[in-house]
Amino acid sequence: MNARITFAVARRVLIQLRRDRRTLAMLIVLPCVIMTLLWWMFTDRPGPGFSALAPALLALIPFIVMFLVTSVTTLRERTSGTLERLLAMPMGKGDFLLGYAIAFGVVAAIQSALAVAVSTWFLDLNVAGPVWVLMVVAVADAVLGSALGLFVSAFAQTEFQAVQFMPALVIPQILLCGLFVHRDELPGFLHGVSDVLPLSYAVDAMNAVTGSTDPAVLGDLSVIVGFALAALVLGALTLRRRTA
Amino acid sequence: MMKNGVAIDALTVVRGGNTVLDDVTLEIPAGQVTGLLGPSGCGKSTLMRTVVGVQRITSGTVTVFGEAAGSAALRSRIGYVTQAPSVYDDLTVAENLEFFASVLGVPKARVDSCLALVDLTSYADRVVARLSGGQRSRVSLAVALLGEPQLIVLDEPTVGLDPVLRQDLWQTFHRLADDGAAVFVSSHVMDEANRCDRLVLMREGRVIADDTPSALLASTGADDIESAFLDLVGGAA
Ligand SMILES: Nc1ncnc2c1ncn2[C@@H]1O[C@H](COP(=O)(O)OP(=O)(O)O)[C@@H](O)[C@H]1O
Ligand SMILES: [Mg+2]
Repeated sequence: MNARITFAVARRVLIQLRRDRRTLAMLIVLPCVIMTLLWWMFTDRPGPGFSALAPALLALIPFIVMFLVTSVTTLRERTSGTLERLLAMPMGKGDFLLGYAIAFGVVAAIQSALAVAVSTWFLDLNVAGPVWVLMVVAVADAVLGSALGLFVSAFAQTEFQAVQFMPALVIPQILLCGLFVHRDELPGFLHGVSDVLPLSYAVDAMNAVTGSTDPAVLGDLSVIVGFALAALVLGALTLRRRTA
Repeated sequence: MMKNGVAIDALTVVRGGNTVLDDVTLEIPAGQVTGLLGPSGCGKSTLMRTVVGVQRITSGTVTVFGEAAGSAALRSRIGYVTQAPSVYDDLTVAENLEFFASVLGVPKARVDSCLALVDLTSYADRVVARLSGGQRSRVSLAVALLGEPQLIVLDEPTVGLDPVLRQDLWQTFHRLADDGAAVFVSSHVMDEANRCDRLVLMREGRVIADDTPSALLASTGADDIESAFLDLVGGAA
């Protein structure tokens, strides 16, 4: 591992994103629009609709968006030959992976800061705990999404195949994370399944921060980080210097 | 064992169930331009990938500067241009070179001199996606030259380039060889053969000739390399 190379990768990924206006809009503006839409849906209804769902959405968005962007970006890197070229250079696999994680972590931090700002200032979301914890969880979520996206890109030949992993890996997690049915109220088996899905912990952590002045999120956060690290290790295994 | 070149010994590579390289033995000396010629699909790219160390090998050995191909110590000493230009389409020419320069740890000044070498200085700020095919492969070539490599592996680098530029590039390859590098260039265009110091002719995964262009012409009695190739293939059949 080498800091110069790691930061060169991160910087290059950020320059690529900056040049791609449409993706940048999707990364930065879309989350705010979705939060606003959710708020709007509930404006004519009594009860805490928006406040109950917003924390889960703040956990889901960075995960989904980063999963998509990373799986397509790294697939491109695999098919265009740039990955082969980099691996023939003095670049460690860790430099490559960490570079991507840093770049998308930075984007996730900006993305979540904006979504949280819009939600708390304009949409009356009450965050009882410290707002920065909300952002730490969002960044961990985004890194998790990136790591998984990077891993699945090894199993896709085209960008079209890569985006198809999204519904397969992400929608079950959305259904079971507690957004629709409280996890405690799920049938026993499904509750067990939701216990091994990382997004459940992200949503739990977000709910804790918005609901309590002194939230205990360290446990949830370590699970998310653990999953992210495991996915990065799996991702590293798919980066082969020698191929058939 | 070659301390300053490449030694390939009894190399066999099987890809997708087919024997793509069949018992290839070959040396690529420093200080020369070695050309690898043969029809499309004969295994040129595969052979080059083994030299760079990105191809899984079935049997045999590939030794570069006395070390096994692909070992970590070699990575900063080899410049490799893949057949399809491997650069980032959404970065400018300069951004591409600056990125690879920081991966290699070479000073930014190298970026300018490599751009000049491939005649792309005036395109430095153009996004690669908006370059022609030939310009794009020159960007890829410039990246390979950044680290002042001692072994330069070029997979069909002159395809689709205009004759003047092709001439310039061949001069560049010879200058690099004169400075002591081992230059290994593939082509499926036989008329580029005369520009090489040494020629390796390949067909269906086997080396069918390995000599200087003039010795090849003399031994086959042919007028050009293309007829020499046909003579050799006819002789082998
Ligand atoms: N990724 C691959 N998997 C399996 N077979 C391959 C692969 N790439 C190339 N081949 C086969 O290997 C042979 C040699 O290919 P290649 O080395 O690219 O030849 P050349 O560069 O001379 O055109 C061809 O028959 C080709 O079909
Ligand atoms: Mg080829």
